[in-house]
Formats: sequence, C-alpha cells, structure tokens
Amino acid sequence: MRNLLTYFGILLLFTTAKAQEYFPKNDGVKSRYDAYTLYQNAIIHNPNEKPFKGDLLVFKGKIVKIAKQIAVEDNYISINLDGKHLYPSFIDLTSEFGIKKPTKEQAKKGNGYDATRTGHYWNDHIRPETNASHFFEYEEEEAKKLLQIGFGVVNTHYPDGIMRGTSSLVSLVKNQGAIQSIIKKKASTVLSFDKSILSNQMYPTSTMGAMALIRQTYLDANWYKNNISDYQDLALEALIKQENLPQIFITDNGLDELRAIKIGEEFGKKYLVKGNGFEFENLSTLRKMGNTIIAPLDFPKPYTISHPHVAEKISLKKLKRWDQAPANLMLLYKNEIPFTITTHGLDDLSSFKSNLLLAIKYGLPQEVALASLTSLPAKLLRQNNKIGSLHTEKLANFFITDTPYFNENSNVLAHVVQGKLHNLNALETLNIAGKYSVNHKDFPLSLVYGPEKKQPTKLLWNEEEIDFKHKQLGKDQTLVFEIPESNEMGMYRLLIEAPREKKRLNIWLNTPNGKQRKLTAVRDENFKKKQAKNEQEDLEKPNFSPISFPNMAYGFKTLPETKKFLIKNATLWTNEELGIIENYDVLIKDGLIHKIGRDLSSRNAIIIDATGKHLTSGIIDEHSHIAASAVNEAGHNSTAEVQMEDVIDPTDINIYRNLAGGVTTIQLLHGSANPIGGQSAILKLRWGHQPDELIFKQAPKFIKFALGENVKQSNWGNGYRFPQTRMGVEQVYIDYFNQALAYEQEKNNNSTYRKDIELETLLEIVRSKRFISCHSYVQSEINMLMKVAEQFGFTVNTFTHILEGYKVADKMKKHGAGASTFSDWWAYKYEVNDAIPYNAGILHNQGVVTAINSDDAEMSRRLNQEAAKTIKYGGLSEEDAWKTVTLNPAKLLHIDKYVGSIKEGKHADLVLWSDHPLSIYAKAEKTFVDGKLYFDLEKDKLLRAQNNTLKNKLIQKTLDASQSGSETQDVVEDEKILMHCDTLEERI
Amino acid sequence: MKSFHSTSLLIILLLFTISVKAQQTPGAIQKNAISIQGATLHNGKGGVIKNSRIDFNNGKITYIGQNNEKHPLATDTKIIKANNQHIYPGFVVPNSTLGLVEIDAVKASKDENETGSFLPHIRSLIAYNTESKVVESMRPNGVLIAEITPRGGRISGTSSVVQLDAWNWEDAYINKDHGIHLNWPSVYKRISHLDKKKKITQDLENYTKEVNKLTFYFEQAKSYRSKEIGTKSIAFEAVKPVFSGNKTLYIHANTKQQIADILLFKEELQIPKIVVVGGYEALSFASELKKAQIPVLVNRPHSLPRQDDEDYDAPFKLATQLTQAGLLVGLEPSGDMERMNARNLPFYAGTCAAYGLSKEEALQLITYNNAQILGINSNYGSLEVGKSATLFISEGDALDMRGNKLTHAFIDGRAVSLKTHQTKLYDRYKNKYKK
Repeated sequence: MRNLLTYFGILLLFTTAKAQEYFPKNDGVKSRYDAYTLYQNAIIHNPNEKPFKGDLLVFKGKIVKIAKQIAVEDNYISINLDGKHLYPSFIDLTSEFGIKKPTKEQAKKGNGYDATRTGHYWNDHIRPETNASHFFEYEEEEAKKLLQIGFGVVNTHYPDGIMRGTSSLVSLVKNQGAIQSIIKKKASTVLSFDKSILSNQMYPTSTMGAMALIRQTYLDANWYKNNISDYQDLALEALIKQENLPQIFITDNGLDELRAIKIGEEFGKKYLVKGNGFEFENLSTLRKMGNTIIAPLDFPKPYTISHPHVAEKISLKKLKRWDQAPANLMLLYKNEIPFTITTHGLDDLSSFKSNLLLAIKYGLPQEVALASLTSLPAKLLRQNNKIGSLHTEKLANFFITDTPYFNENSNVLAHVVQGKLHNLNALETLNIAGKYSVNHKDFPLSLVYGPEKKQPTKLLWNEEEIDFKHKQLGKDQTLVFEIPESNEMGMYRLLIEAPREKKRLNIWLNTPNGKQRKLTAVRDENFKKKQAKNEQEDLEKPNFSPISFPNMAYGFKTLPETKKFLIKNATLWTNEELGIIENYDVLIKDGLIHKIGRDLSSRNAIIIDATGKHLTSGIIDEHSHIAASAVNEAGHNSTAEVQMEDVIDPTDINIYRNLAGGVTTIQLLHGSANPIGGQSAILKLRWGHQPDELIFKQAPKFIKFALGENVKQSNWGNGYRFPQTRMGVEQVYIDYFNQALAYEQEKNNNSTYRKDIELETLLEIVRSKRFISCHSYVQSEINMLMKVAEQFGFTVNTFTHILEGYKVADKMKKHGAGASTFSDWWAYKYEVNDAIPYNAGILHNQGVVTAINSDDAEMSRRLNQEAAKTIKYGGLSEEDAWKTVTLNPAKLLHIDKYVGSIKEGKHADLVLWSDHPLSIYAKAEKTFVDGKLYFDLEKDKLLRAQNNTLKNKLIQKTLDASQSGSETQDVVEDEKILMHCDTLEERI
Repeated sequence: MKSFHSTSLLIILLLFTISVKAQQTPGAIQKNAISIQGATLHNGKGGVIKNSRIDFNNGKITYIGQNNEKHPLATDTKIIKANNQHIYPGFVVPNSTLGLVEIDAVKASKDENETGSFLPHIRSLIAYNTESKVVESMRPNGVLIAEITPRGGRISGTSSVVQLDAWNWEDAYINKDHGIHLNWPSVYKRISHLDKKKKITQDLENYTKEVNKLTFYFEQAKSYRSKEIGTKSIAFEAVKPVFSGNKTLYIHANTKQQIADILLFKEELQIPKIVVVGGYEALSFASELKKAQIPVLVNRPHSLPRQDDEDYDAPFKLATQLTQAGLLVGLEPSGDMERMNARNLPFYAGTCAAYGLSKEEALQLITYNNAQILGINSNYGSLEVGKSATLFISEGDALDMRGNKLTHAFIDGRAVSLKTHQTKLYDRYKNKYKK
C-alpha cells in the first residue's frame, strides 16, 4: 500500500507533461517526457458490461489500452491496484460547479416593463447568448467533494434566467499546462421557468407567462432565421446556433416538470428535464412522454417533532413524500422512464452516496444506477466517444475504490481525471471496520472500529465496554482510559500504530505505573460475519406508503371508474321541460345520462336509493381560481398569449372540497391585472388525474378581459404602465384589435410572417372564434367595451362580476352579452359602491342569461346557497335560481350541449343532495363527473379514517428515524394563499 | 305667497333629504302598543311557539303566548297579522368592524386599526359611523345588534355594543366600552412567501417572550393604583375593570398552545370574564374551557379548513362540536370582507344546523348566546316578557336564504326601516325598465 501511495506522488510530476502542448511554461523548463501509466490488476467496471479483472494503460490523458493483461514496457509507470475497483467517472448533467451566481446588485434597473439590454431580445430573461465558460473558475474544494463521491465530469451552467444559454462540459481537473478542463464549451442549452436576477423587467411574473415567452422566443428564432432583418438580435442568433444541442430544462416541482415537457413537445424538443425527485406522482404522463429525467437525490429529511402540537401540522403529502422519495428511481426504472442522476439540490454532497444506496435498497438495480451516472449522461450529451465508460481512446476519467462502489463501506481512494490523479483518501485505504482483540490474559482488551470512522468506536475490557478519550497523533492514535478492576490506580494509555494490514494492529500499552508493553490486536473474523449477517437482513426491500392520486390526503388508491349507476326515486331538478319532478329515476351508463324515467330497471347497475333526496346536474362555476398554480401574468397590459391550461394544479385540495359542494365544472380564469388577460381553462373537477386530463375537451376557447380599478393599478404599480385611467382602457382595446387586424393582413399576404401568439389570440376574438369573459363593475366601462366590440364586429360573450349590470341590463340584452355575478358581494372597493344583491334578479328579468359565480375557493363550495340568495333578493323562482349555477353558466360557456341539465345523452355530471338543493341545510352526498363517483360522503368518511391511520403511522416512522440519529428538518406548514382575481404572485 | 313659500321650502327640504342623505332615518320611539299575531315565534333560547302572539309597548315585551289565548290588548294596540311567518329576536353580531370602515380599498375610509401595540384605551364607539351604508344593509337580514370592535396590535382596544338604527353613537350604544380585545401571541411565524404558499413554522422562543411581555403588562395593570401616581395611565385605567369583571376580556386565539396558555393566564391573573374569539382548535380543551367558564366565539363557518388534511366540513361543524362539549358558543364573522358579509350571520347559523345542531340551537348561537357573550342578555338576545322588543318578522325560516325575507323589524319597539342604499337602487332600476 505504501508503494501505491509513493507512486501516486511520482505520477503527479509526470502527468503535468504532455505532448503537443502550446502553453508556455513560466516557472521552469518544459519537460519533454510523456509517461505511460499502467494500472494493473484492477476490477474494471463498465456500465452494461460484466466487471472483469484487467489492466488499463493511460497516455496523454487518454486510455490507450485496456485488456486482461498488458505487458509492462520500460517506459511504463505501473501501479498495482491489487484487486481494487475502477469505475468511469460519474457525470452530472445539471451542475453549477465553478460558477458564481449573479447577485441582485449586478442587475440593471429599468422601468420594470422595458428590456434593459441593447441588441438583444425584447425580454431580459431570454439570455441564450450566455456561455458558462465565460464565468467558469475552477473551485478546488468543491471539486474535491465531487471527486470523493465519484463525479469527475460536470455539465455546468450559469444559473440565471429563463433561457440560460449554453453549459460547458468540464472535467474536474485544474488547468495546468496542457491539461485543460473544458471538454466541450457548448455542451447543452439550459432553460428554466425562473427569471434572471440581472433585470427588473417584470414580464413574465408567472409560470404561464414564462411558458408563453419560451414559445414566442422559439417562434421568433424560426422567423429570424428565415428573414433578412434590418437589425441584429444577438440573443436570437445565439439561440438559433443552439438548436441542435441537447436541451436541458431545470424545474423544481413536479407540475413544472410536466409543463416543460409540454412546451418541448409543441416544438419538437425532447428536453432532458431536471425534476424534483417526486416523479412517482406523475408516472403516467412521464411514461407517455418518454423524456429523460435528471433526477435529484435530495430526499426529504424526517421531521423534527419536538412538540406534540407540531406533529399534526405536517401534511400527509409531505409525510408521504418523505416516506416514498427513496423509491423514486426504482419506480422510474420499473416504468421504463429513462433517467440520469444529479447532485443538484443536495446541500451536503456527502449524502449523495448514502441516498443512492438507499435508492438501490428500494429496488433500483446497481447496473442501472451505474449507467445513469456514466454512459447515459455521456450519450445524452453526445460525448460518449470521450466519456461515460472505460474504453480505449476515451478520456482517462475514472476513480478507484477499495471495495465495489455500491458497497456501503467502500471508499473512493483516488480519482484520475484526464490522466491526472487526485489522491483523495489515502489514510482510509485500509478499511479496518471490525473487532480487534489482544489475546493476553492480563490485558483482555478489544477495539471495535465502525465502517466510516478512523478511530475506534468501542473499547472493551473483558468484553465490557469502558470509557476512553481519543487523540489523533499524525497517523497514530492514543487512547486514555481507566480500568475499573485494575490493581493499578490511574490512567492507562494506549498507542495504536497506523494500520498496515487488516489482520492485526500494533499497539503500545503504557500502564499507570509507567511500564510500556508492545501488544498485538488480532482481527476477530467471526465478528465481521455477524455483522454481515445483519446486513443481509437489511437487504430486505423497505416498505413505503402507497402512492395515491393525487398523492396526498383524500387521494384515491385507484382512480374512480365508469360504472353503471341507477339512481332511484329522486326529486329531479332537470332544468328542462320536465322541471322539478318527484320520484324519478336516472340511469348512468358509459359516463352519460342514459335514461330518465319512472320505475327504471337495469341489470347489473349499482342501485342508489334516493328517496327523499334531490338529484341535480353538477354546479358550474363560471369564475374560479382554484386548481391553478398562478392567476395573473401582470407583466404587460395585454397577455392574450398566456394560457391557464398551462398552470393547472390538479393537486389543489379545493378541487375535492368543491366536489363536496356539488361543483363539477369550472372556468379557471386568468386574473384581472390587465385589460386583456390570459386564455381560460375550462375544467372538469376530475380529482386525482393529471393536469391536462382535467380539461373539458369539448369546451370552446375563452379569454379573460378586465376593466376598472385593477387594470389601472389603482392601489399599486409605479405609474409607468398604460393605462392608468378608464379612458386609457378603451384605447388599449382599440389599439390591440387594430394590431390584430393588421396582423391578419400580414399573415394572409406574407408567407414568412412572424407568428405572434398574442395577436393570434386577439384575432380569434375579433373573428368570434374565442369568447370573452370580462371582469367588470361600473356601467360606463361595461357600455364602452360593448361599443368597442360592436365597432370591430363581435359580441362580448360574458361580463363577469358585472355588479352594475343592472344599470345597463337593457343594453346588455341588446348587445347579446351574458352576466355572471356575485350574489351579494360589495363594499370592498370604490367601484362596487353601487353593487346590489338584486343585480342578478334585474338582469335575469331583462332576459340576460345570468349566472352566479364565486371567484373564491370558499364560496365556490356553497354556490347552491349563493344561488338561493337570488330568491331572497331578486325574487327568482326556485327553478330559475337553480339555473344560475348550472344551466346558465353552461350556456355562457357554450357547453350546455353537454352539461347543465339532466337530459338523456348529456354528460353524467350529477349531484345527489340530502335536502332541497337551494336550502342552507343541503349537503352534497354524491358527486359524479362523467358518470364516475368522485365524491361520496360515505367514501369521505373512509378516506378520513385512512388518512389518520397513515398519518399516525408515518409520524411514528419519522419519530423512529429521528431517534435513530437521522438528520431532521423543521416542520413547516404551508398556508395556501387563496387566489382571487387580483392576486398578484411574483415568480422569483 | 307665504304658504307657497313654505310649501316650496318643504319640497326643497324633501328633495334635499332624498338626494343628499341617502341613509335611512332611524325609527321613532314606540308610541302605540303592537301585537304580532299568528306567527311561529322562536324565542332565541330554544323555545318555539306556533301560532303565537307577542305584544310589546314602550319598547318592552309585555306578553308572549298562544294566539288563541285570551289576554287583554292594551289600548290603541296596532295588530300585525303574521300567519305563516316567523318571529325572531334581532340577531346579534359580535366582533364586527361595522361602521369603522366603509370601503376596504379606500384608505381614507378606514378607522379600524390604530397604530401601536398595547392600546386598551382606544375606543371603537366614538368612530362608529351610524350612517354607514354597510350598517344599514344589516337590517333587512335581521342583524339588529352589533359589537363594534377595533382591530390590530396586541391589545386592539375597547369595544362597545350598539343597536343598528341610530342617529349617532350616543344613541346607538347598548353596552358601552364593555370589552377589551386582545390578540394572543402567535405560536407560529411566517418564514417565507414562496411558491404561492406562506411557509409557517413554530417559534416557541419568541412566543414565550411575547406571552411573558403580555402577562407582565396585565400584572402591572392589576397592581395599578391611580391615586398613587401623579399622571394617570389611561391604558391601565382601561384595563383595570377587567379584573373586577366589569369588562370582558376577548382573547383572539386559535391554536392549542394559545388556548392552553389562556387557561393558565386566567387562573394566574384571576380575570373573571374571558371569551376566546376564534377557537379553531378549542375542541381539545373543551372540558378545561368549560370548567373555567370561558365561552368561545367561533369564526364564521363559511371558511375553508386551515390545512389540506382536515375534514372538508371542519369549519361547518366546529360550533356544533363545541356546543355538544358543553361550552357556551357564539358565532362571529371576522375575516375577508367581514363587514358586508356580517349580514350573512343567519346563514352561518343555518350552516351549523346542517352540520349537527337543531335549528333552534343554531339560532341560539346568534341570539341568546351571542348576547350572553356580549353581556347584554338581560335585555336582548331572546324574546321574553320584560325584555327589549328587538325583533323581526320574516316570511320564512330566517336561517335559510329562501326564507329570510323581512317584513317588519323593531329595535326597542321602534319600527325600523328595511330600506337601504341597495334597495333604493333596486327600486330605481326596476322602475327604469318598467317604463
């Protein structure tokens, strides 16, 4: 062993000299001598190959030969590895190694809306011209940590902005003469949804804005490529050059991961997606899309439950994720989803290996782990001719371990990078974990060493543990202790020489009376066997809690299925000619209302006795902001390009709570920050499904507009953005619709026109292919928008909120606009001073299609009560009142062909109520969407019990883990920010 | 000429009253006895009389019984036939900020939150705007009495109870400066605001510090003797009556830790009257609260559960659970848009009936129980002979949106207008389209 270490030292001298170098040598003379280095007797591990015992020859930083045996020539330096293990260096695809993150102080300050750069794209957060190599500076300490865990090559990037430019693939070796660390300057291009810290340009303020921006940038790059532009756009030019590079998208949550994949799909790009480590929550989509996941290993730590009141604050979701996270890689593997492994997100690199081994314990095969760290990332970066395995002509990037890497106690002894050797762990080359005993009748001493500790963990006297103090003296160690039953009073001192072999330790014992004895402690082979046996037991695959849909409280074990249901003897609120009719039956089949009638029967249908109960069609909320990760893109006064469909959050518990309130369909609207908002998502509340599966497929296109105090930024903003008055709002519309018409001309006459997704959307509005739902309060502006629409030849479909609608009900009727209003909200701002709860009644009586909406996650689950208020205030009949939350919103959304009433052939979106559905005493007992039972009061009871049981079990498990010494994290409760129209969330 | 002059003046005066003063004129003092006959009477303490008769004179209830019973009518009694209708005591809304803010988004109209931390001397009553458009909108829903409560700080200030049909605050109050509102320190602190979520974590160190500070403040107040000091402490003067039971201490608190510490605080400082406002996690301490005779004002049931894992109906059933555990429970409306939503108080109670209470028990939450908690139950909150004739007639079940349609309302026997800024706009535009 000493020999090996000496060689390592000599080797350093030689490897600095390589042929064909053109770097001047300033601190001495250039050596002309190139050494061949032969690594002998190694177990060579390659991904997807069987390990074999062989030799490996390195010359000028490359592997020149690899074989079972290579004959030694006289110009070789040979190193006998004596059965040690060689692995190709691991490759990290998403690294920030050697890059200093930018700081806010470096940012250019603009007015918040315009771009601050010259000659670059119109948005500061698009920075494809950035190249990591310009910022790269080797960090020795950081490199050492990475080399220690097996990483020898990293793909590092400048972590700033949405399009972050190109990453550089670098070896973890310090530039020295001919050794240059950059393997490829532009190895991949990197994206994220996070804005640059170097600019205060607001747009995009939301994830959906970031997504729209990425789309438009790609379109602009395509256009720029094919057109002679009068000016140069350095950002687009850089982006065009990167088209064929591997594309890496960095995300930090599972929904963003799906969003990235979705954009990529639209533009024919298969992003390599850095995920959040909980990919098992979205397996079905990931399997379908087939993107490679760059998976982190930053498993959540167990929770610190220091206080009894704190335990219940940890959500089941968090507990489950903690419990399930180590199974992530196994589940990706089982579902044939390709993945690589990254250190990204690990705050302590030393936990990399233990977490990787944990993943293996949970069922990830070792060979898959190895490939996902070596050959696969190499292939993905198209650098597999250089890195990723140990073959001739590849870079000499490999590391040496004492025992196989995937053994718990293995150590990386040395790491060779481009032929240069980093000597990492010389002191630990001997792994002496085990028990050593002095077989002397006067001194029945034993020492026990743990797997990772250099010092003894236990000192035994006659097999009894005794206390000791430990001191490291260079490579030797001393222990000071007292022997309880000894005749000699005082301290014993024990000197342990640095171990030379595993079989025995040389020790010197100084007794209290000053005598010194040399003793030998011999390894107890039986002890090791006992331990090995324990390890065997450990190999049993650990259990983890089942993944539910969604993976949180009230998630389903399996998604509800389409079944045949026969609901008997209900009072039916048909919203059709039949009106409200007692003792009626409804047969649900294939997701549709199959049959309505008296005394229906059906073989093999599940019978639901609804005697004394009421059955209605599902409630439709025309104005909702639940199930969304964002509400407002507030960066521009028109954001017609953003889509609420991009930011669906199917894990929002309010979906389940809305189902429990009888809601089955919602319009997920953009907020009211801008005169022209974003595109709506019309959703069915299919709890447990993937985001895109919630979309109401047959629904037409909608967009949010807004008027009044919010769009003119009455209580916020710096006053720069137009408009700041209602007068300006009108001009915004006229200007944008004119732009849309001009765009149409261009589109029709110029085959190489620049596609603009914002203007495309606006054109759809002008051409009546997309409907408007307009946030509105006072009569003047309501009237204005109708006049603007008439000027451009289209109709405003819906005014939402519309609290002064009653003042212009006649005009609305004439124009053909519908109304979707609150039942009784007012007094929250100046423009609702004249809002009255009789609004819906007047509008309804004037023949305007009128709906009652929520704009609120709490109210939405009681919309039946809100509908009933139209009886109190507006004097509506019960039947008409009920339609304000069912058929009327269906009409406003143009989906009344499918939902909104109980009619044969319509979707079986139905609610069974315990009582008169407009009464305060009514509870939704069963809620069907597409004939599937998504909410059931009985099932809810069961789910509550299951949640409690699982939660208690997991809290116990987290307690056990923290008591067994695992590092823990504090309990942090997430308080949801409930979103309304005017929720402004800034993506940081 | 003269007569023309006076007539035109009258017309001008009349126009002036209509166009400038949109608010309703308070009802005149009761002159004639009134007898309401044939309605279903809900007395607010659990009792129901079908086909009832209730008489009141000089603002006081003089008779309650069956309609067919022979009981003499006072002379000049005005009889109101109310067959198939319902009579209720006026609803009482505690912990409200009615009349302190007119429009949430207009800063100039906000008077609910004074700057500073320990402000027991701040009095809500003098800022209470009797002519608020929001206040008048309470009456058509049966909400006739309110506690006007300041917000913010550790001790927000002193509240008063008012009736909602008055010329000014001096006419309005029925329990003046009756309580002090204290926001108990929070066990949890916000640590960040990322990802659309507020991150909250336990911070016992700071919590203990704040509780100690608070306890010390009350110890000082308790030992305060005005005569021994040169300058009066207006703050301690305001706190002092809390120790004699002349003022109620309303402590806003929700979590277990807070409630456990409030129990200790009551015992240590020997404060006779404490009410917990909020009490989201009070169920865990129900028996202790009962023993300490601490009532709970449960936050409006029309709220969302605080955590994903909770039962979807947790806020719907909390008042029921606490009632069934033997506590004195009321309902309070604080939260987003609390002022304009205070008129939904009956529907908050109705929701409690949907989730476990009987309808009369649910009614009691917002009548007799709230009145007890505000210390006005000797005269308000229930229909009993000798008590104030503060009541209303509704066409149907007043806890249900469909039935809550008031035909008459009386405060201290005065017939109260059920017109509001909103009903006037309704009438105006209804007529516009008729033409």
